[in-house]
Amino acid sequence: MRTLFPDDIQSSSIAVISDDKRQYSYQDLRNFTSYLGQFLNKEALVFCLCSNTIGSLAGYIAFLEIGIPAVMLDSSKDATIVKNLIDIYQPRYIWLPVERISEFGGHAVTTLLEYALIERLTDEYAINPEVALLLTTSGSTGSPKLVKLTKNNLLSNAESIAKYLNITEQERAITSLPMHYSFGLSVINSHLLKGATILLTDKAVIQKEFWSFAKEAEATSLSGVPYTYEMLRRLRFFNMELPKLTTLTQAGGKLNATLAKEFIDKSRACGKRFIIMYGQTEATARMSYLPEAVSAEKYASIGIAIPGGRFSLIDTNGEVITEAETDGELIYEGPNVSLGYAESITDLATGDTNHGVLHTGDIARRDADGFYYITGRMKRFVKIWGNRCNLDALEDLLKSAKFDSTSGSQGLSLEFAVAGVDDLITVFVTKEGFESDIKSFLSEKTGLNTRAFSIRKINEIPKNSSGKVQYAELQKLLN
Amino acid sequence: MTNKEKYANIFCETLEIEADKLQGLQYQGTELWDSVGHMTLVANLEEAFDIMLDTDDIIDLSSFEKGMEILSKNYNIEF
Repeated sequence: MRTLFPDDIQSSSIAVISDDKRQYSYQDLRNFTSYLGQFLNKEALVFCLCSNTIGSLAGYIAFLEIGIPAVMLDSSKDATIVKNLIDIYQPRYIWLPVERISEFGGHAVTTLLEYALIERLTDEYAINPEVALLLTTSGSTGSPKLVKLTKNNLLSNAESIAKYLNITEQERAITSLPMHYSFGLSVINSHLLKGATILLTDKAVIQKEFWSFAKEAEATSLSGVPYTYEMLRRLRFFNMELPKLTTLTQAGGKLNATLAKEFIDKSRACGKRFIIMYGQTEATARMSYLPEAVSAEKYASIGIAIPGGRFSLIDTNGEVITEAETDGELIYEGPNVSLGYAESITDLATGDTNHGVLHTGDIARRDADGFYYITGRMKRFVKIWGNRCNLDALEDLLKSAKFDSTSGSQGLSLEFAVAGVDDLITVFVTKEGFESDIKSFLSEKTGLNTRAFSIRKINEIPKNSSGKVQYAELQKLLN
Repeated sequence: MTNKEKYANIFCETLEIEADKLQGLQYQGTELWDSVGHMTLVANLEEAFDIMLDTDDIIDLSSFEKGMEILSKNYNIEF
């Protein structure tokens, strides 16, 4: 079995520097894995409550290397979402910050680096031995769907990324994204694979501590979703003294074209490179990148498929589109395509349903030079701070919730329709007075901040003669 | 309205919290004060006080009190 960091990496090389100035070598990471290995039984599932800390990282690496399928969750979220998932998936282990040791029952087996391993009493159940990691994505039922990834998915994607970004052991990537998020995790994997150094911090780009750490530890790259770059523009990033920081990568949704152009041009002017990329958790993380050499002229493009991957476009009849400048569904093939989804415990046992081919759900076209452009989406979803969110699923959730106990007696029922743009979901509702209830309900179900939701009163939900909601009408109200 | 009231109102409205929660409030100390909320807060302060905050001040504005200190020290706003 391949390992995340190959044997030819010097054991003494620094793998991690944390923002409290501690350093960890590749040998240290191997030792953490051996240590945790003593306590782990292979045929079991672990929930890893992630933060950008050494404890969280050591656990993730150990689970991956030992072969314990891990569900990666955000440790900053409250217990409700985690508890729901525990009920569904019955994990035998939970790896969490020591301060949360008693939140989910079970008993602590050991602690390491301010993290604890909890073991719970569970029945045994089958898990496909190929499954190495499970990442969350938005589901249809309110509880997140899990994407089933193999170790080969993770390593092949990391290898491709390292290749097109030319990552060497000299690189020092700062963790500007969370580790439970596929993009954030791909930054970690692609650097460890090459013997580079991870600068581990939970601080955000709007915090002073993030920048003082980036400067002191000489970060060479930073990654962000569209919103990160909006913040960086406001922070006048290009006026900061960061000569070592020469690579900026962007994914997690389409960056506004003006902002993309600005970052590409300004990066070039000061000897940095700004790399636009595209991906989905369903393909581990990355599917394409825009090579720096053409970025100034093709800044609206998602580029070309990553090494080892292949794009094609199909029309509505499923036929492959061969002409340039024609819209079709974007299809990706590659070794990083996940096995499929899990929404229940039995789904963990099933085999590969994707067979290496991912229907992205994005509409794209290809120009005469072979570069791809996203032009739309097949399903109604938006990206909220890099996270995919299905609008129809949210609408179903709202319909199933009982907000209005008086509706029956008055004969006026509360109706919902959900529309949205990236970074803001708008719920149209036919009655006033439920704004905060709706917001907190959706926030709890999705794990997104309440700010992701705007509630708007509308007299009537626009529908056509057959009763179908006219989302195009609602969408117009958003602009 | 005094500057202090104006300042406090911006925090209450942006972060959707009551005034009695403001004292000692720090970044990430309430749900809406995350990185997105921080930028909204900065924009609202700039508009209300007709100022343009420097990068160092934006990333230094880590608490309710710190913000007042920054505004009075670097932007001549008296509280």
